[in-house]
Amino acid sequence: MNNPEPLAKEFRVLGTRPIRPDGLDKVTGRALFSDDFYLPDMIHGRILRSPHAHAKIKSIDTSAAAALPGVRAVVTGADFPPIESKMMSQGVAGMINIGDVADNCIARDKVLYDGHAVAGVAADNPHVAEEAVNLIKVEYELLPPVMDVRTAMAADAPVIHEDFYPGAFILPTEKYLPNATRMQMGSGDLEKGFAEADIIVEREFTSETIHQGYIESHITTVKWDENNHITVWTATQGIFNLRDLTAGVLLVPMANVKVVPLEVGGAFGGKERMYLEPIAAMLSKKSHHAVKIALRRDEVLRATGPSSGTYVKVKFGAKKDGTLVAADLHLAYEAGAYAGGPIFLGAISSTSRYNIPNIQINGFDVIVNKPTMRPYRAPGAPQALFAVEQVIDELARELEMDIIDFRMKNLTKTGDLLVAGFPCAPIDTVNMMETVKAHPHYTAPLTGENQGRGLAYTMWFNLGEASSAQISINPDGSVQVTTSCPDMSGTRMTFAMQAAEALGIDVEHVTASVGDTEAVGFSLPTVGSRTTYATGAVIYDIAQEVLGEMSARVALLWETDSELVIVDKGVFSNKEDANLTMSFHEVCEKLHETGGPITVHNSKSSQSFIPGTCVHLTDVEVDPETGKVDILRYTVFQDVGKAVHPDYVEGQMQGAAVQGIGMALNEGYFYDAEGHLKNASLLDYRMPTTLDIPMIETVILESPNPAHPYGVRGCGEHSIIPPPAAIANAIHDAVGVRMNSMPMAPHKVCAAIKQKQAADA
Amino acid sequence: MTTVRIPQPMQVYTQDMEVVQAGGKNVRKLINELEKSYPGIKDVLVEGDRLRPGVAIVLDGKISQLGLHQPLSEENEVVFIPAVSGG
Repeated sequence: MNNPEPLAKEFRVLGTRPIRPDGLDKVTGRALFSDDFYLPDMIHGRILRSPHAHAKIKSIDTSAAAALPGVRAVVTGADFPPIESKMMSQGVAGMINIGDVADNCIARDKVLYDGHAVAGVAADNPHVAEEAVNLIKVEYELLPPVMDVRTAMAADAPVIHEDFYPGAFILPTEKYLPNATRMQMGSGDLEKGFAEADIIVEREFTSETIHQGYIESHITTVKWDENNHITVWTATQGIFNLRDLTAGVLLVPMANVKVVPLEVGGAFGGKERMYLEPIAAMLSKKSHHAVKIALRRDEVLRATGPSSGTYVKVKFGAKKDGTLVAADLHLAYEAGAYAGGPIFLGAISSTSRYNIPNIQINGFDVIVNKPTMRPYRAPGAPQALFAVEQVIDELARELEMDIIDFRMKNLTKTGDLLVAGFPCAPIDTVNMMETVKAHPHYTAPLTGENQGRGLAYTMWFNLGEASSAQISINPDGSVQVTTSCPDMSGTRMTFAMQAAEALGIDVEHVTASVGDTEAVGFSLPTVGSRTTYATGAVIYDIAQEVLGEMSARVALLWETDSELVIVDKGVFSNKEDANLTMSFHEVCEKLHETGGPITVHNSKSSQSFIPGTCVHLTDVEVDPETGKVDILRYTVFQDVGKAVHPDYVEGQMQGAAVQGIGMALNEGYFYDAEGHLKNASLLDYRMPTTLDIPMIETVILESPNPAHPYGVRGCGEHSIIPPPAAIANAIHDAVGVRMNSMPMAPHKVCAAIKQKQAADA
Repeated sequence: MTTVRIPQPMQVYTQDMEVVQAGGKNVRKLINELEKSYPGIKDVLVEGDRLRPGVAIVLDGKISQLGLHQPLSEENEVVFIPAVSGG
């Protein structure tokens, strides 16, 4: 299989930088976010949450809450229909244990984490609802909490679930350990591989639970009417996902649930599932009012899916010429309170970018008394790379090889078999490495003491799968594109640009919007860096159908055969008469007299596992007295296939990098011994600000993706992956210590430096 | 015969073989044929009348949307992988 050929065509629209249509509304406060949304009869809900990490619920007394003036409804787990613990298939997109989803929304018999929802109240205003929640009396029987993967995987660990489905991967059906299941992948002969190695490095690493940190909380408004129809107004990554889960938990037909998407104030994977809708819906049903629930920040941190803490053990072997010969990885990921963490994605991203002939990956999905882990932009990958890229760096330095040359010796290229068992789709990985090596940052001198440079390389795979869209052509020449993938990052403009490119018109004539679940057909959520790629692909196909229909209209007007009508860059012409042309706009003006306005709808499944590569290069300065790490310079190189709107692509690269830097240096949940989250505020859960990070330089590479008509690859997630490893490698270059624990907070760096000084003395 | 790559956790059913051959004009029939030679493998892949939730099929490097109904030819290569979701 060959590397992708550069796209020969020049683009009129793709690659330009039109102003995003939602920008003005967002910066002036006019955009409608979930907290801005009101209905005339709306009342307010609040949730009572468990103060314990692990406990049985012995009794709940809601009588005092129900009697408070202004309270309209109270619900507990007993108000919800019993759900079998069964797997709801979502086709190639995976599966969900709907019983776990229901139990996570509101506990029935047991609470499984600090913050687990136990009851809900709806009242005339949020203050009365809050007062009522505090009147609910719950009797608990405390159970020992299990708060990290190694404790959970011990043979004598407290059992969190007596029975659980192994999770979203191929496994025997029995549990492997009390709170864990195992996934394995690999090939070759490990023993033989390590026997061939001239150098072996073996290391262990840990990371903390971290949150996606979106600026907007979780807020939903739900109305359950007398006709048994439920309408949800909220910010979500997936309107159909939310519809199906709401229907599944409440046991109503899917067609009875309508989800209306509002602007999303950040999500990053954390709004792809469901938390509030069943409680809000049941409160609405009981009170006969629409109910709005808005979470406080501490509730968001305590009770909505963070991303996994991990324990990772890796062993790599290489020959003295730099060829990797063997790799043995143990990756244990927190799944949270219910099975189904990011173990598969963590495993395939750990090593897929390198050809390693003898490899074994043991991945563990581990249940702990924390909120259910949800995706966070390339789920599982940063934690795996933190380990592997440090070991790669160590091997290269031990062999005294250039850190890029070592990687180039082992690069996965187009057609090479991935560890998951199928070939790598076309991508030019060599060009990525050569571009980095030729960049001025790679060779710029470091001028101060305790300064170092580090690099990390990743390959991530974006999803495709189902997207639907509709294009309507209006008699005034304007075009409406409607899709069903919520816009998290400016994708409405990328849809408009791809439609304009395909139709041969200016993007100013195209408006793109996101419809509700009754407006446009099924799409998977906005996840997995799929939206610009997969929805763009179906928009392209629909545009071809539109042009075909418009050509038929032109043939009608010219009284000729439609085979003689051709269209190029928005101009229709006659093959046999060069004088006969009509512009796109002129054809539109004739729509009413040739059959009416044109509307075309379609759905399409695009290929998944589209590779995208990314290298981060960073310079740091370490204060050996305090352990503080300052980032001096940061460059992101990413292959995006084709940058539809370069501003947005650069924004994704920079934004994801900042999140990865936060993960690397600052962020982590802190639980006490009883399992209470102690830093449930953004003051104490320290995320980076603009004062912490220099301008991030971006270099966009474009090796076209053959699975998309314009070569587009997904690009939203990749740049969150390398920062922890790149910074760790830079710290080592600066002060000679290897950091094996994320976040690499000042006290840890300081301790590592002191330990090294003691050892050297 | 279609080429089938067996993921490591399932190789316990195929006497540790990573690549096997089987016939069948679609995935359903392929799995039935695999079951004859490698008993137990069907239960890992099939639940009732459908592909087991959480299992996806990669056909010649591309994910199939058709599950058990996916037509096959002798030139095809099939891999069974976990279904995935993203962030």
